[in-house]
Amino acid sequence: MIADGVEDEEKWLAAGIAGLQQNAFYMHRALDSNNLRDALKYSAQMLSELRTSRLSPHKYYELYMRAFDELRKLEVFFKEEARRGCSIVDLYELVQHAGNILPRLYLLCTVGSVYIKSKEAPAKDVLKDLVEMCRGIQHPVRGLFLRSYLAQVSRDKLPDIGSEYEGDADTVVDAVEFVLQNFTEMNKLWVRMQHQGPAREKEKREKERSELRDLVGKNLHVLSQIEGIDLDMYKDTVLPRVLEQVVNCKDEIAQYYLMDCIIQVFPDEYHLQTLDVLLGAFPQLQPAVDIKTVLSRLMERLSNYAASSADVLPEFLQVEAFAKLNNAIGKVIEAQPDMPILGVITLYSSLLTFTLHVHPDRLDYADQVLGACVNKLSSKGKLEDNKATKQIVALLSAPLDKYNDIVTALKLSNYPRVLEYLDSETNKVMATVIIQSIMKNKTRVSTADRVEALFELIKGLIKDLDGGAHDEVDEDDFKEEQNSVARLIQLLHNDDPEEMFKIICTVRKHILGGGPKRLPFTVPPLVFSSLKLVRQLQGQEENPFGEEDSTTPKKIFQLLNQIVETLCNIPAPELALQLYLQCAEAANDCDLEPVAYEFFTQAYILYEEEISDSRAQITAIHLIIGTLQRMHVFGVENRDTLTHKATGYSAKLLKKPDQCRAVYACSHLFWVDDQDNVKDGERVLLCLKRALRIANAAQQMSNAARGSAGSVTLFVEILNKYLYFFEKGNPQINVAAIQSLLELVTTEMQSDSSTPDPAADAFFASTLRYIEFQKQKGGAVGEKYEPIKA
Amino acid sequence: MNYLIGAFKLPCNICISFADGKSRNQVPLKKENGKTVMVALFQSQESIVGEVVIEPMHGKKVEHNGVKIELLGQIELYFDRGNFYDFTSLVRELDVPGELYERKTYPFEFSTVEMPYESYNGVNVRLRYILKVTISRNYVSNIVEYQDFVVRNYTPPPSINNSIKMEVGIEDCLHIEFEYNKSKYHLKDVIIGKIYFLLVRIKLKNMELEIRRRESTGSGPNTYVETETLAKFELMDGAPVRGESIPVRLFLSPYELAPTYRNISNKFSVKYYLNLVLVDEEDRRYFKQQEITMYRLLET
Repeated sequence: MIADGVEDEEKWLAAGIAGLQQNAFYMHRALDSNNLRDALKYSAQMLSELRTSRLSPHKYYELYMRAFDELRKLEVFFKEEARRGCSIVDLYELVQHAGNILPRLYLLCTVGSVYIKSKEAPAKDVLKDLVEMCRGIQHPVRGLFLRSYLAQVSRDKLPDIGSEYEGDADTVVDAVEFVLQNFTEMNKLWVRMQHQGPAREKEKREKERSELRDLVGKNLHVLSQIEGIDLDMYKDTVLPRVLEQVVNCKDEIAQYYLMDCIIQVFPDEYHLQTLDVLLGAFPQLQPAVDIKTVLSRLMERLSNYAASSADVLPEFLQVEAFAKLNNAIGKVIEAQPDMPILGVITLYSSLLTFTLHVHPDRLDYADQVLGACVNKLSSKGKLEDNKATKQIVALLSAPLDKYNDIVTALKLSNYPRVLEYLDSETNKVMATVIIQSIMKNKTRVSTADRVEALFELIKGLIKDLDGGAHDEVDEDDFKEEQNSVARLIQLLHNDDPEEMFKIICTVRKHILGGGPKRLPFTVPPLVFSSLKLVRQLQGQEENPFGEEDSTTPKKIFQLLNQIVETLCNIPAPELALQLYLQCAEAANDCDLEPVAYEFFTQAYILYEEEISDSRAQITAIHLIIGTLQRMHVFGVENRDTLTHKATGYSAKLLKKPDQCRAVYACSHLFWVDDQDNVKDGERVLLCLKRALRIANAAQQMSNAARGSAGSVTLFVEILNKYLYFFEKGNPQINVAAIQSLLELVTTEMQSDSSTPDPAADAFFASTLRYIEFQKQKGGAVGEKYEPIKA
Repeated sequence: MNYLIGAFKLPCNICISFADGKSRNQVPLKKENGKTVMVALFQSQESIVGEVVIEPMHGKKVEHNGVKIELLGQIELYFDRGNFYDFTSLVRELDVPGELYERKTYPFEFSTVEMPYESYNGVNVRLRYILKVTISRNYVSNIVEYQDFVVRNYTPPPSINNSIKMEVGIEDCLHIEFEYNKSKYHLKDVIIGKIYFLLVRIKLKNMELEIRRRESTGSGPNTYVETETLAKFELMDGAPVRGESIPVRLFLSPYELAPTYRNISNKFSVKYYLNLVLVDEEDRRYFKQQEITMYRLLET
């Protein structure tokens, strides 16, 4: 059916064009032979093709354009006729003899154009007559095209200021009057289309109407081109008349298009000076009109205008543009109770952009906008609409983009209140935007109050907002989000320790509610941030004024203890253990023995009670050993306790090689180079011997279980430890011990049961090379090595 | 053979001409055979002066019982063909009985002739003026020659010429108000007016203005009425809505109109009407007819 319709239309168009061309041909012949009567006859017949009702506007336009071209030729002919002495007045009458109205009016407009040019009558009289006579076409499409033809042929003949058609009797007022009348009539026809034809073709009709809209809008364009329209005239006549038509037509398509048209065609400064009038029209529009887009465009234009030059800014202030826009938006929203929340937000978003551009110094304006938005949102509850939330994100991002500074945004009291109406997903998006803004601009958020406010804003990332409803969150996204929070925490800094401490407390307060999934991400940066503060303080005199509540490392450590403890409850024992050790080390640097001991204790407890995975145990024990080795704050007793425990843990690891490695690592606990009180050669040797025993046992177990001896790697590793302590001057480690170990390794390697292990071989070889190298060094070292026979 | 031909041929030529024939206005006149000839134009109270030339055929003599010229104003009703009603009949004797041997010229004059009616060529009726020259003969039929001429009478603009204004409609369906600027129009006049739509509940397609001529002939039970549409002029294309007003501007000059004739010698009348026709999408026609008076304006 539809395909047929299109085909038929093509056919009708083709027929129309054929008829038009045929009559045009005869018309040309008549023109060539200066036969006026025939020219009129054939041109009228030619124009009769435009009487068709069968074509869609699109196709009709094609036909019209052809007729238009032909009419240009006819117009030239009329001009020549007039020059040859034919009275233009008679011509003007003659064309009106045509019986059919449409050809008659096309001809009348054509002659009318020549008539005006001849100046035999005042332009305004001719124009007035033409625009009146065109009333005869009440068919929307035909009427629109006819009047658009009239607009076209008359546009260079308007009695504008400075135009040759301006005279005593003809003024720009007449020009305006003419265009306005034509505009009004065209709009009426255009609107009427909506109500003609069956209801089921509504969609098609609306499409056709939108194809025709530029014909109507052209009049506004012509108006905007009239030089003589100054601000006063625009204010007093043009705008009120146009708006009157727009409002009264009560048609949503027309209202939307024409309001937009007005905004686009007339100069910005006119808009600015007539804001009252222009904005006054908006609440009167039909409820279905997409006011938000139109108003947004207006504000966008004004924003750009403000941005174009600093000179125009006083104008904005003078007319109180912001107040008017704000007021108008309020009224529009009031007048359209059914406006979707998306529209409301879009409006406020545009207004916000406007005020940010025009009044960057007036934060109160921005806050006012947000406040109004909150008011509106509060009656709607949480946002469900996807687009609306997107728009809110845009709204909230605008101040960030403008000021590049979250600190400014934090001053907006209504900012967080808007956030409250977002769903958790959007809240997260918004929080990410904020964090990104901070990171991009390296904004310093340096007071606890602001940190408090900031965390209030990004709480979407900090905790689960809508209790319970855990949607499937993409693991990677989650990590990404939490990592950004972690980075944010690192960025918070204040040189003043007091304030920094407050910041840390604030952050802690917020992140503690984050739940087991977030804490592993958020706690470490906070711990390190605190440790940074500790290190900053450690050089300073403690408590110079003796104030009780001043920040001391001790206080921080107390706090740290609590912070890390939260990780234990998750549980995330490995992470907690690492952090305890970090804290212990920091406490060590601050010479706070009990604190450090406490941290170690916590770490040990964790090790004993929570860390059961053998692999995790290995990592943990090595961390413990490494940290403990560097501790210098402990007294003998404490140190003994801790090292004893550590050695004990080492020997209790599951796998023999792991035991062995942990045990020989423990040897370092008894020999610290730069600490003279920790140089217990005997216990070092004990450790190493114990390691050897374990290595042996490992070898045997391997033999028993698999029938082949394990690798000699462990022995080589132990050999290296021997060499290390030997070099460091441990008296318990002597040449003989090394020598026997060397032999042991060699024998093992040559034994039949040993499994060939190239890595172990290479390791051993390079160990031997090292011995040789040390020998050749000469001096004290060389002498020391000399007795060893490799 | 010559004789035979001579028997059917008129024995003489008769030529009627007007004294001011060269300077007088000529207007086209449609003859019964469909041909159009140009004839002299007169108006009432004019003197009709001219001469009749009779030229016998070569070598023939014409005996006669006298020669006369008549000026006749005739009304011919077509349903009563052949019967002429002469409302004017004037006679001038040109010659006493005798013989004609050679070409002879007779001047004639009808001074200030009353010709109250205009020449008219209608559907069922014709009003014509003729000059008739008769050469009366014994035993054989008279020799007769006719010369048509046209009479047109001019009137000054009427002192009272009201506009026609009327509101018409179909209840709850269509209400219009129309106005034509005058009720009396001269033949080259222009009708200016306006159609105002007070209520439109039907889907109109277009609107046109017709000029209709109603010719009624005869009287009593034998009245014949013939209506012709002389002009169809489209006023509006498409469907108007309430409150629209559509301008009317109709130039009358392109149409072949004549003045209104009321009851010419009790034989016929010719009247003109403006017929406003509205056509809806189902091609139903709604119309309202208004009589207008046509007159021939005395051109100054």
